[in-house]
Amino acid sequence: MSGLQVCVQGIGVWSPQLADFAALRNALQGQPAAPAAAHPPAVRLPANERRRAPQSVLLAIEVADQAVAMSGLDASALACVFASSHGDQPIMDYMCAVLAGAPAELSPTRFHNSVHNAPAGYWTIATGCHAPSNAVCAQRASFGAGLLEAACLALADARPVLLVCSDTAGSGPLAEVTGCSAPFACALVLAPQPDACTLGRLDLHLCPGSILDASPAPPVLADWVASSPSATALPLLALLAQGAGRCRLMAAGSLGMDVHLEECA
Amino acid sequence: MLQPITPLAISAFTATSALGRGLDAHRHALQEARSGLRANDFSHAALACWVGRVDGLEEATLPVALAAWECRNNRLAWLGLNQDGFLAAVHAARGRYGAARVALLLGTSTASIGATEEAYRRLDADGGFPDDMLRPPIHAPHSLAGFVADALQLEGPCLTVSTACSSSAKVFASAERMIRLGLVDAAVVGGVDTLCESVLFGFNALELVSRAPCRPFDRTRDGISIGEAAGFALLERVDAAPGAPRLLGYGEASDAHHMSTPHPEGLGAELALRDALARAGLQPAEVDYVNLHGTASLKNDEVEAALIARGFPPSTRASSTKGFTGHTLGAAGILEAVIALLAIGHGLVPGNLGGREPDPACGRQFAWRNEARAVDVALSNSFGFGGNNACLAFARAGRCA
Repeated sequence: MSGLQVCVQGIGVWSPQLADFAALRNALQGQPAAPAAAHPPAVRLPANERRRAPQSVLLAIEVADQAVAMSGLDASALACVFASSHGDQPIMDYMCAVLAGAPAELSPTRFHNSVHNAPAGYWTIATGCHAPSNAVCAQRASFGAGLLEAACLALADARPVLLVCSDTAGSGPLAEVTGCSAPFACALVLAPQPDACTLGRLDLHLCPGSILDASPAPPVLADWVASSPSATALPLLALLAQGAGRCRLMAAGSLGMDVHLEECA
Repeated sequence: MLQPITPLAISAFTATSALGRGLDAHRHALQEARSGLRANDFSHAALACWVGRVDGLEEATLPVALAAWECRNNRLAWLGLNQDGFLAAVHAARGRYGAARVALLLGTSTASIGATEEAYRRLDADGGFPDDMLRPPIHAPHSLAGFVADALQLEGPCLTVSTACSSSAKVFASAERMIRLGLVDAAVVGGVDTLCESVLFGFNALELVSRAPCRPFDRTRDGISIGEAAGFALLERVDAAPGAPRLLGYGEASDAHHMSTPHPEGLGAELALRDALARAGLQPAEVDYVNLHGTASLKNDEVEAALIARGFPPSTRASSTKGFTGHTLGAAGILEAVIALLAIGHGLVPGNLGGREPDPACGRQFAWRNEARAVDVALSNSFGFGGNNACLAFARAGRCA
């Protein structure tokens, strides 16, 4: 099968150690990371929305805004795919705890913020975006599966696409089964054709049955990869920081995906 | 401007809901104008409302090899997969194309959150999950697709779409793109959502749940009835199943308005409808039937009735079937796609059950009672929280030959 080729036009990253993509590049070069803010700033949201928005939304909006700003594209015209393995864990923990005790007291706002597409909803509202928006997951493969979905959309409809992959930290008893010890979020803006802003070209190839040999992250990043399913994006983000190379991601539970990053001439 | 897509064959499809198991049960209930709604007998704490509950789910079991996936949502998924020869159709496709060349794309709003709710009701003395609930995959929103991939032994792309109530409509769009780009030769699409405390008490907190059986597009409607359902469809290129009904097109768009209220002019819904017609190469007058989202919430029905009134001639018939099944949330897209396919296959426009006094916003397109007429082209609308809209277009095989 021939591969899918998409161009990277923008990159966003946020974790408690990484304020943005430049901070990731510095970390890979062994420079001490400047501590990021305690919470993602998510300045794209109006202040009143930002106060009310749950963590999952702040994380996703922060990296989406970084990536779109780098791309120079108009956020209101970008189709978007928001991936997350677990959605908003503090809200899930809150809801399950309330439902076990006093279900009639459930907060209506937290309920509508609990939908998996809450980040997509807040983002499209904040940017006035009427383009198709999606919210997806695939367990530990959410980043790779989201990348595949976003690349398909970019190529099939010949339009740029924003991909966001983010997970909050675990919360309450739920944390025991999700194993997310820290928040992590990243975003890519993908385009079907290169232009002057293109940072690199991704060549994606599906590799059936090859999940066990997914690329290890660079040693400096291994702890971060273990802390969040969304951080499985780090091997590819590290390539983007370096300029070129190959890695293998999971595109599904039993499906690998080779990613070859080439610099654009 | 969007170009028309090459239609795909829907070579197998099935649904299980409060109307029963499989296509015949749904066709009979629709023909008899028989609702599947009942007074809420599901939630742990009392909640005065009506629900579309699937009978016998408590006794349904999973095969031993799949026991780690045990939960209500996956039991309903397995029950649904076992109707209408769907398992055999998927096995044949897997044999024809290979397990890695069949995608699995499923929609769900809450997956098996009901199992996580149960774990929280039975926390052990240390405040942790009880041992029998320490099964991490069922406490994630990918639980449904992970289970079905295991059950169908598929090894291709496998993705959960969770955009609230448009989830299992959007999977048709993702599947078409993957087949068109040559990533796969076929796709299993569908969705499952089950009754759980989160949605019953969540929608109740939003004051969107009716105390009575829901009355879509009725002047006196006062909210939704929540239901549960499983539905699946197998998509292939037309030459693999020339006589099967077709997916002609789809549209997806965002309201950019509010998290839990639709755009007042239905902007996102209209964009999704426009794109579905463009991809299908259809004019509105060529549409015989539209299965509406029609939840019986005040705002949705007002906005959607106006959309139909300004977009279609009276020869296009329109109805909501939520009065039969309840609002099955993330499964509504596939359930109502199946109802649209039944309309095409049996020349049956289902009446808008529960609507006795039409809302003045409703035009002459509304089928308030069942109508027997040929349906060559049918649309299905699905709109979700977050302003997430999808519209699907289906047709009889001969029509687009």
